Amino acid sequence: MDSEYRFSHKHILGLADLSAEDIQVVLQTADSFKEISSRSIKKVPTLRGKTIINFFFEPSTRTRLSFEVAAKRMSADTFNISNSGSSTVKGETLIDTARNLAAMNPDCIILRHPRSGAARLLADHIDASVINAGDGTHEHPSQGLLDLMTVREAKGGIAGLKIAIIGDIAHSRVAHSNIIGFSKMGASVTVSGPATLIPPGIEELGAQVSRTVMEAVDGADVIMALRIQKERQQDPLFPSLREYAKFFGVSHKVVAAAKPDAIIMHPGPINRGVELDPKVADGTRSVILEQVTNGVAVRMALIYLIMGGD
Amino acid sequence: MPGLILLKNGRVIDPVNGIDQIQDVLIVDGRISAVAPPGTLSEQPGGLVFELDGKWVVPGLIDMHVHLREPGQEYKETIETGTRAAAAGGFTAVAAMPNTKPVNDNQTVTVFILAKAAKAGFAKVYPVGAISSGSKGDHLAEFGELRQAGVVAVTDDGLPVGNSQLMRRALEYAGDHDLLVISHAEEMTLSHSGAMNDGPLATRLGLRGIPHIAEEIMVYRDLALAEFTGRPIHIAHVSTRESLALIRRAKEKGVAVTAESAPHYFTLTEMAVDGYNTLAKMNPPLRTEADVAAVREALRDGTLDAIATDHAPHSELDKDMEFDLAANGIIGLETAVPLTLQLVRENQLDARRMVELLSVNPARILGVDGGSLSVGAPADIAVIDPEKKFVFSEESIQSKSRNSPFLGWEMQGKAVLTIMDGRITWQEPISS
Repeated sequence: MDSEYRFSHKHILGLADLSAEDIQVVLQTADSFKEISSRSIKKVPTLRGKTIINFFFEPSTRTRLSFEVAAKRMSADTFNISNSGSSTVKGETLIDTARNLAAMNPDCIILRHPRSGAARLLADHIDASVINAGDGTHEHPSQGLLDLMTVREAKGGIAGLKIAIIGDIAHSRVAHSNIIGFSKMGASVTVSGPATLIPPGIEELGAQVSRTVMEAVDGADVIMALRIQKERQQDPLFPSLREYAKFFGVSHKVVAAAKPDAIIMHPGPINRGVELDPKVADGTRSVILEQVTNGVAVRMALIYLIMGGD
Repeated sequence: MPGLILLKNGRVIDPVNGIDQIQDVLIVDGRISAVAPPGTLSEQPGGLVFELDGKWVVPGLIDMHVHLREPGQEYKETIETGTRAAAAGGFTAVAAMPNTKPVNDNQTVTVFILAKAAKAGFAKVYPVGAISSGSKGDHLAEFGELRQAGVVAVTDDGLPVGNSQLMRRALEYAGDHDLLVISHAEEMTLSHSGAMNDGPLATRLGLRGIPHIAEEIMVYRDLALAEFTGRPIHIAHVSTRESLALIRRAKEKGVAVTAESAPHYFTLTEMAVDGYNTLAKMNPPLRTEADVAAVREALRDGTLDAIATDHAPHSELDKDMEFDLAANGIIGLETAVPLTLQLVRENQLDARRMVELLSVNPARILGVDGGSLSVGAPADIAVIDPEKKFVFSEESIQSKSRNSPFLGWEMQGKAVLTIMDGRITWQEPISS
């Protein structure tokens, strides 16, 4: 690594803003922090006295808890606000709410919001660091990074791998961050799903599009299934969950077309039997729970790098 | 009380009368009294004299598509502030879209708008009425009474007329009252909840896209209805290459269609949205390089008849927020002249064509006064300094709102003197 290098980002808004070198540093830092979570005393004093606010406008169990666990293991003080408890329900704008939070001098705000660009909007209006925990259908950078970490662990590296992402590419911020992240790190990314869920110009983010799921997973090192949101049936984007599972679900047959040592990933929560066959989800090649474990390490690394990195 | 004004040594560009040369123009009692070679008109005692070497003297500009927001949304714009912005931009007349609160679907609203406009006195306001009651798309507004009250055209602008039968009947019935029908062409089931142009950038930003076909399908429908009914139609804010191809073909077939586009559609692409810039959010959305090139070509070849700004004032309350939630539209009255002059400087248009697009044709399409410097006509005149440079800044804006993607741009070309019915409505220092 270049000795001049310095992780210089104040905010983590998307993987589009990070260089390959930045991503490398996050993954290395996460690797070194992962061990903390396996100690009997799972806490280091690194961020003692720092204040982190989890500001979640969408329901989330995994991501919110993961950020909170990460912050607490670094000894930061954490506070949680959810949409129903916040003053935006009383008509306050996002910017005003954020300014009020900022007036309490937090060091970092972690935002989950249903609108694309919301994290950027927040970052433009307050002094604290902002970590995007998912904004609309734009990006979910910490998820992308934990997926990169998980693949790197399982495969010993990322460059040269074939990653197949199957499902609702159009509405998935996870897919967007993963396409950007994996292609930046030298992997090839192929996406597939119903044509109604493949957005225009996805190639410009770095993905190739396969017409069939079987073609997409052919020779793949990694198969990632994406969550199907049930309400998309009404949009109308596909006829039924039953038909979706039959033609686009990741089954044993699909897995058999990938490399023999291919791993299976899913960002959760899983619709069992829809996008992912339960036997595949629970099979030996699944690294889905490893993703969750790594999520804590990656988030510890992100918080550390933007707030305490020096 | 308007008196005598003598405009000396300006370049008079008056396409209707075939004039493009240095002339003096004399204004007496609100009307054009004489247009004559320099020095041949004697200065009158008590009259105002302007030396206009290097300036253009053109018929007052007419913006056939503005939103003045009054009644109902006076925090964004009023008829007074909107027409003052018009005067500052060289406009002597504007056509006011009906999506006020309440909607201008009845004579009471029309009369109110005209009274406010007369009191403000900065520009002529031609109210445009709604096609459907409340612009709800269900049944026809009372075109006859609207016409009697002073409406010059009808549209549900801001919203399309989704019901094809209603649009057909509107075209037919508008003929009884000599009203132009203006189409806001948008197929709502395709544009539904989109926030920007559909394509790779929308995908990257995670914003829902509005595909170009959402406009083109409706342009095609309305051209077909115009041909079928034999009634004229005007297509507002055309933004796509294929819409223009459809309009061009219809004109070749002899369909009575006219069309406008706006300066932002020949100046900006969707890239202006990058970074979630709500000041570049509008409907129809900014499109691609190919569409910008097509709009420029259509301005040249006559497929487009008019440049209209779609002046759409919004306050920070409507714009400083998540991109999805921000209002559509930008102000345009004060940037139309420099942005159009940029096309002239790039040899995409000549000066005469610019005057046709911004004055002659809007007057003809709407069937209103203006568009010429004919002797005896009302003295509606814009004096443009094509060289004047300025930075378009919040402080310089006359509109009540500041929502423009052109803030901070260095502009060249400015209306320095605007005269309506012989009265000066805008004046700034004129360089010699």
